[in-house]
Amino acid sequence: MTETASPPVTDTVAKPPAPTSRPRIDLARWRDFSLVPVIFVLGVIGFIVSPAFLTQDNLIGVIQQSTELGLLVLGEALILISGRMDLSLESTIGLAPVLALWLVMPAHGARFAGLELLPAWTAVPLCLAVGAAVGAANGFLILKLRVNGFIATLGMLTMLRGLQVGISEGQSIGNVPESFAYLGKADWLGVPAAVWICLALFALGGSALGYLRHGRALYAIGGNPEAAKAAGIRVDRLTWIVLAVGGVLAAFAGILYTGHYGAVSASQGNGWIFQVFAAAVIGGISLKGGRGTLFGALTGVLTLQLVINVMTLGGVPPLWTQFLNGMIIIIALVISRFTSGETQD
Amino acid sequence: MGEAVKGEADMGAEGAGRPVVSAVCAEGIVKRYGATVALDGAHLTVRPGEAHALVGRNGAGKSTLVSVLTGMTRPDAGTVTFGGEPAPGRGDTAAWQRKAACVHQKSMTVPELTVAENLYLNRFQGGRAIRWRALRERARELLAEYGVEADPAARIKDLGVEQRQFVEIARALSFGARLIILDEPTARLDAAGIDRLFGKLRGLRAQGVAFLFISHHLQEVYELCNTVTVFRDARHVLTAPVSGLAEDDLVAAMTGEEAGAARRARTASDTAAGRAGEPVLRTEGLTLAGEFAPLDLTVRAGEVVGLAGATGSGNAAIGEALVGLRTPDGGRIAVRGRPVRTGSVPHAIDAGIGCVPEDRHREGLILGRSVAENATLTVTDQLGPLGTVLPSRTREFAARMIASLDIKTTGPGQPVSGLSGGNQQKVVIARALAREPSVLVAIRPTNGVDVKSKDALLGVVREVADRGSGALIISDELDDLRVCDRVLAVFHGRVTAEFGSGWGDHELVAAMEGVASGGGGGDGSAGGDEGGAGGAGQPEGAADDGDAGQPKGSGHAGHAGDAGDAGASRRLTDGTEGTAP
Repeated sequence: MTETASPPVTDTVAKPPAPTSRPRIDLARWRDFSLVPVIFVLGVIGFIVSPAFLTQDNLIGVIQQSTELGLLVLGEALILISGRMDLSLESTIGLAPVLALWLVMPAHGARFAGLELLPAWTAVPLCLAVGAAVGAANGFLILKLRVNGFIATLGMLTMLRGLQVGISEGQSIGNVPESFAYLGKADWLGVPAAVWICLALFALGGSALGYLRHGRALYAIGGNPEAAKAAGIRVDRLTWIVLAVGGVLAAFAGILYTGHYGAVSASQGNGWIFQVFAAAVIGGISLKGGRGTLFGALTGVLTLQLVINVMTLGGVPPLWTQFLNGMIIIIALVISRFTSGETQD
Repeated sequence: MGEAVKGEADMGAEGAGRPVVSAVCAEGIVKRYGATVALDGAHLTVRPGEAHALVGRNGAGKSTLVSVLTGMTRPDAGTVTFGGEPAPGRGDTAAWQRKAACVHQKSMTVPELTVAENLYLNRFQGGRAIRWRALRERARELLAEYGVEADPAARIKDLGVEQRQFVEIARALSFGARLIILDEPTARLDAAGIDRLFGKLRGLRAQGVAFLFISHHLQEVYELCNTVTVFRDARHVLTAPVSGLAEDDLVAAMTGEEAGAARRARTASDTAAGRAGEPVLRTEGLTLAGEFAPLDLTVRAGEVVGLAGATGSGNAAIGEALVGLRTPDGGRIAVRGRPVRTGSVPHAIDAGIGCVPEDRHREGLILGRSVAENATLTVTDQLGPLGTVLPSRTREFAARMIASLDIKTTGPGQPVSGLSGGNQQKVVIARALAREPSVLVAIRPTNGVDVKSKDALLGVVREVADRGSGALIISDELDDLRVCDRVLAVFHGRVTAEFGSGWGDHELVAAMEGVASGGGGGDGSAGGDEGGAGGAGQPEGAADDGDAGQPKGSGHAGHAGDAGDAGASRRLTDGTEGTAP
């Protein structure tokens, strides 16, 4: 039976152990570094697998290869933090250079006939403008027409890839203007310029997210758009800008890639978007928005690239790389899930 | 109207001289989460046919007990028995479903599926193929058995909150459960809906179903329940019959403080009506079709104005239009004489309108982010030069807010998801106050907050006004409106009455329900019919006609044809309220 005591009741039961303010290890603070030990372990494995691993050439090579993927991840991370996603980045990386080159390349003489509408030096700004335009178009679809962002950008992915193939007639474009190729192949202080630029952009993006009001606002928008709106944040405008910035970054990655290899290949960036998402999620960016840091994303990129490098050095037969690639993404995902101690949604 | 019935029902359950068998009996339940003790030797007994209230402040251990009683959580120690039999084993979901069920605040139905499907989810009978006709027929019978008026073929998302709760209750009962736990069932219902819910619950109790009723509204506890159990700080404090337990004593048991200290009714003497200064907020003809009729409203400095109205009366829409969350169709808003661009939150905030939105989870907080970040969301432009936000200044600002509003948190860096409801709401208010607004618009500021936090929150609103700003409280809770100097009752989108500080509960509730206090018998039926399945414009029309006869008429001319619109909007908003998570 229930006891029917009359109030006020005195606490006869012994006081519970007062909820001690246990000095909890601030896991959240170290979440961004959860992949650092993984990278370290990969380094050790690489060293064991092959003496060539720890050479300057190899390491710089790994980082150089990380730059293009890294810029895509940077753009995607900003978009994911704002609670959106953009699949079309992997097509922008190919389309933007092709469109820009198409407008500036000479109409005769080369294998690829351009329009020669604009002087050669405009290729870089044009390319970036195309990236911004693609991002803005995504923004129009997602924010104005309110269509599903996943499918809309998936459609853009296919459409833009088709546009690239149509314009380039399915061929690689070589002999790109010197101004266009410079950033991708120059060395500054013995290290590829692309690496400096990529690091600088990550640092810039990281401080913008951490220290600028509009950067902080992205977390608010991604975390709860309604609350952000009620707090006076211009949600749609900022999201739109972020989508455009993502496109610009993808276009810029296209410039670096083109310079690096000296030509725009027809399949430039094809299938990258899965790596981009994998790197972002492994790096602690939430697909639901509002969580993650660019440092984490960067470690995600490095992890993926190191794994590929170690596999190559270890002499994995090429026919098996695709299988291992996928497997490693899943393993890395699981590891980061438990090192960060958070569920990934 | 519930009072009279309550007495009889109590007598019935108490007087029947039931055997000592209990619907559920929990003894010595202990549950720890890491270092936190969620339940410390808690016990609870609910008898068949009893309506048992479980009250306590946020964090008292109510939710943990509920998950223990429904088999979601296994206690570290203690026993649970149902009708004398030991509780089913862990993981035996089907067996637990036959014992107890909880109707959560958050609906556990699948909104896109039909009522029938939800009722028989994962237990469709007969063969592999689902026979829809038979399923619907069985659903219809089940609903009829418990007197639930819902079309089995309707989709859950098209139902109102209240019908959805009934469907959940019916589903639980169809499993054989004889203990239904209701977690804040009235939080999103209007008064008429609450009455219907209570009526239905009384009927079910007569059939021997026991209810464990969790609510922050003590009034409802008195109205519906015969026994109340109070938890505080993870422990059982008190179990007593409701009759004979004074509300002050109940509050005292919940808060652990002296009776009366926690609640302070505002009397006419401390309002000092003459103190109100120049107008800080003024609207002229502000209107939004389908929500509210043209509104002229003035809030003066030092004044707290209440906009009282039931769910769907349009008062929340008025608030959202004022703060820019909704774009009004017409009319002007001015703050301290300066016009404000309508429909734009940034402009409203810049003009000096602080906003406490209706639902802190949906539009108030970014749950995963820190207290500091949430509290400074509106002032990021003041936290550093050139658009930067300096972490040190953010922390400092947040620390000031935490101190001044007495927010219980481990520090500015704690995610708001880790705070109790009352403290979360304080963070929302902190955000609104961060810019030192000229006028604070608070929509249902104490929604889902325990008694003590309620008083603290309302104290903050009062303080804002005392320091020379204006405040507008938009609510349907009388406790919220008690701090107001002036209360305007909103019914079907128009202000129908105005009260000074000395209003009585009855007259205000009557005005909110569109019942002229001096009116005839027809008004009662109007209140009861609203939101009912069919209800065309008729009752609304009748009520609107009554406006002219209101004791303190608002002075708004009745707009021809508006009555029908308002009626439609009421159902419309009821619907949207319902689908909101």
